[in-house]
Amino acid sequence: MATIDQNILTLILLVPLAGAVLVALLPDRAKLPNWISLVTTLVTFALTLHLPAHFATGQTGFQFEQNIPWIENPAIFYHVGVDGLSLWLVVLVGLLAPVGVVASWNAIQSRRKVFYSLFLVQQTAMVGVFISLDLMLYYGFWELSLVPMAILIAMYGRKHGPRAALKFFLFTFIPSAPLLVAILWLYTKTHTFNFADLQYQTASGVLPASALFWVALAFLFAFAVKVPIFPLHGWLADTYSEAPVALAMVVAGKLGLYSMFRFHVGLFPVQARAISPLLIALAVIGILYGACLALVQRDFWRLIAFAALSHFSLIVLAIYGLTFLGWAGGVYQILSHGVIDGALFLLLGALELRYATNVINSYGGLAAKLPRTVSYFVIATLAMIGLPMLSGFIGEFIILSSTFAGVSRPWAVAATVAVILSAAYMLWLVQRLFYGQESALATSKPPADLKFGELAILTPLVVLMLVMGVAPNLWLNTIRTGAHPPQAKQAAIQTAPTPQTSGGSASVRIGGESQSPTEAQR
Amino acid sequence: MNPVPDIDRILPEMILTLTGVAVMLIDASLPAAWSRRYLGWLAAVGTTIALWASLWQLSLPEGTGFFATVETSAFTVFFHVLICGIVLVALLLALDTLPEDTHHQGEYYALIVFGAVGMCLLTGAVELLVVFVALEISSISTYILAGWRKQTGRGPEAAIKYFLLGSFATAFLLYGIALIFGATGTTQIYQIAALAPGAQNQALVIAALALMLVGILFKVSAAPFHVWTPDVYEGAPSPVVALLSTAPKAAAFALLLRVVYEMLPNLRSLWTPGLWIVAVLSMTVGNLAALRQQNVKRMLAYSAIAHAGYLLAAFAGAGETGIAAAAFYIAAYAAMNVGIFAVVTLVAGYDEKLSLIDDYRGLVYRSPLLGSLLIFFLISLIGVPFTGGFFGKFYSFTAAVGGGAIWLAIIGLVNSGIAAAYYLRLAVVAAQRPADDQPEAAPRSFAGPAVIAAVFLAAAATLALGIIPGATLSAAQSAAHTLQAPPQTPVSDQFPLAR
Repeated sequence: MATIDQNILTLILLVPLAGAVLVALLPDRAKLPNWISLVTTLVTFALTLHLPAHFATGQTGFQFEQNIPWIENPAIFYHVGVDGLSLWLVVLVGLLAPVGVVASWNAIQSRRKVFYSLFLVQQTAMVGVFISLDLMLYYGFWELSLVPMAILIAMYGRKHGPRAALKFFLFTFIPSAPLLVAILWLYTKTHTFNFADLQYQTASGVLPASALFWVALAFLFAFAVKVPIFPLHGWLADTYSEAPVALAMVVAGKLGLYSMFRFHVGLFPVQARAISPLLIALAVIGILYGACLALVQRDFWRLIAFAALSHFSLIVLAIYGLTFLGWAGGVYQILSHGVIDGALFLLLGALELRYATNVINSYGGLAAKLPRTVSYFVIATLAMIGLPMLSGFIGEFIILSSTFAGVSRPWAVAATVAVILSAAYMLWLVQRLFYGQESALATSKPPADLKFGELAILTPLVVLMLVMGVAPNLWLNTIRTGAHPPQAKQAAIQTAPTPQTSGGSASVRIGGESQSPTEAQR
Repeated sequence: MNPVPDIDRILPEMILTLTGVAVMLIDASLPAAWSRRYLGWLAAVGTTIALWASLWQLSLPEGTGFFATVETSAFTVFFHVLICGIVLVALLLALDTLPEDTHHQGEYYALIVFGAVGMCLLTGAVELLVVFVALEISSISTYILAGWRKQTGRGPEAAIKYFLLGSFATAFLLYGIALIFGATGTTQIYQIAALAPGAQNQALVIAALALMLVGILFKVSAAPFHVWTPDVYEGAPSPVVALLSTAPKAAAFALLLRVVYEMLPNLRSLWTPGLWIVAVLSMTVGNLAALRQQNVKRMLAYSAIAHAGYLLAAFAGAGETGIAAAAFYIAAYAAMNVGIFAVVTLVAGYDEKLSLIDDYRGLVYRSPLLGSLLIFFLISLIGVPFTGGFFGKFYSFTAAVGGGAIWLAIIGLVNSGIAAAYYLRLAVVAAQRPADDQPEAAPRSFAGPAVIAAVFLAAAATLALGIIPGATLSAAQSAAHTLQAPPQTPVSDQFPLAR
């Protein structure tokens, strides 16, 4: 058992990679790549489930750690581990992978070997980002995650694939240049890439504050583009409308948001506190702006893109509200959004495959012909707009209430307005796609409702939305251990050699090594 | 007394020379109708032996031979192995891609090997006149190779341009050597290092440094001495460019390291800002110009200029860190650049009918293996993690940040972001579906074992440098160490003939 616990993360990392090699080597015949990918992703998902099953709930700090020297100089370690923050994100990546494979099952007909092997490499990169505890290793996976995505957008883009791929790559690659410089600067000052050591050093006040400001800004900038935060969202809509469904679903938002939690707020609490008012404002603008733009889109992928901007901004609001409750809600919202987006992408992808268009107004009156599609779509929509008893509600409610109580009432009110807008654009989408006059498009094709494969993957997702809406504590209990309770700051300050940490800063700690005997009950 | 026979100090060069001579003699004595391809194999075998000989030199005690004109140390071995490796790949590449009816095929192989002699000697020489002679040996071979396709207009143009500007640059170097001799009364690098700080006329030393830097920076095609690069790369045959863009540069960078770190380290405050400016200029000029290119080889030429800039960033690093970073970068750069030119050779063929970026459209569909290799090398050139290009940049910019040149690192990394645009443009074009009206590329006959081995070697090296850089890095570090601490033998004993 102990050996499994030790190597489980490496296994999760390597299984998709092995699958990718297998896909690349075996011939492209009779859906062989599809099946290999499906099996690989299902195995990976099963492996990720090992994590929550054996996670010591209530214990803070990292678990399933593995720390092996990789390169001597500079000291880069293969150091992986998960805590309450990343635990469920790894599981989410594992869950969405088979969904992605099913979504591409019929959509991808040409060059399947290339597609599936790159898709699996993308899995490895994503998992790598979530589990790396060595900054250099993290950066490696962070950059690696761009490559398959960019190539696949270029190859399978709907209209302007290459242009969108270039835009996506440059938008996300250029900000990582200052990120790397910042990481290198930290290394030259502290001689370590280890997350926990760095967290300790930045908190101890040894490093010059003025330089740390720029370093933290470089980190933030890279993450903010990746999320994206308003006004850095230029790449988002193009990427969503061009990327293969599976990729858009898998990549959306998670990496940037997680990185903000772990490596911006977690690593630079003082700087994060200083810049939080700006980010709260940008987040609220993003929530409203995304919702307004979503209202006027004609193409449903672009609509989903701006809806995502709105939802991610809500999570950013949670992160920079700097309350523990808000953080827990933020992580929960990432999970819930991942599940809901997965279902919506799958359904919209299925529609696009059957009717070969993504223009919303061409559709209409499909409800009678595709009863299953419409019911699943409506459930996912309701979950997305935050209907109580469904998963979206919990995250939104926690975030908004903690913002209202702990951060600022006006911002909370403004953000809440956007939630109403999200109901408007999503329900209007449902109305235009499925109800009203039966369109020429709907009559032109024979009705083809969801098939077994799609149902087999959608049903668990919908059930999950329901369970997440009814029993959030199954998740929240472990998530809370990722966002440290304030008691941890005492331990952190006592162990620091020069306790110059100012005022409230140390209370902001995410995923540190310091051991806290009691968990705060909130 | 020196217990190591002098000949051991230049063993790889000896082996390469003998190989080259043998190739030439056999070529001349074979009947005209016979195939010359086996001469290429002979050259490849000779180069491999030379490579092993360089590795064997590691077992020698570090020191100099031939009246302190050549040195063997971890530093020279590092570059010997690198250069022999590149030459080996270039030979294997030429073996299968040169058409059977190419004129003077034997000479082609011989010239590559002779070029290798010059480059190897250049990295091992610790006497400026030997340096000069070695540089000329390597340059003259490459001048001829650059103009190999005489029947095209561009071939001779490339050769003439390369020759004229190259001679000009060597003249600068020679003039620099003359001035340093005037200032210190010697051309032996250790002696110069000892005497230069106390030289009466410091202006002379500084002028000498400047002139030598101009000469060397021309060879590494750093801006503003880069104008020859795109024309030469475009005109020369691709297998030659694979060699041209890597091995002579590696040798010239070795010389640059020797000159600035070993010969004139006390002028650090002068050459650091100079190289800072050249680095920034190279990256920026190279990348901006590359963005606008339509011809793949010209684009890669400008990318080579940019990479010279990234490499020069390492020189901002202090002492061993900087040297080790630069040495590592050269290795990584050589691996991926040889690889991409190998792919370009295979795509475009010897006549290079397909030279524009748009001609690469649909490569992934036409030939999945070649297409994926192209994309792989491009990704490495971009500097994506888990490829050699990433760790090259990583060490280089770490050295720069460690040396206090934070802005240089930022400019460099922003530049690598810009560079991603044109590398990706090519990758994206290759990944697109072929256009309907696109002329089908002629089926290729040269997918022989040699070329497969060449591409595989380059790809494996690029990947290995990205995943397990430790071994190469420690080699680079011991190289850096020996360069920083030259053998401490009394100067007077070592130079019976001096003065």
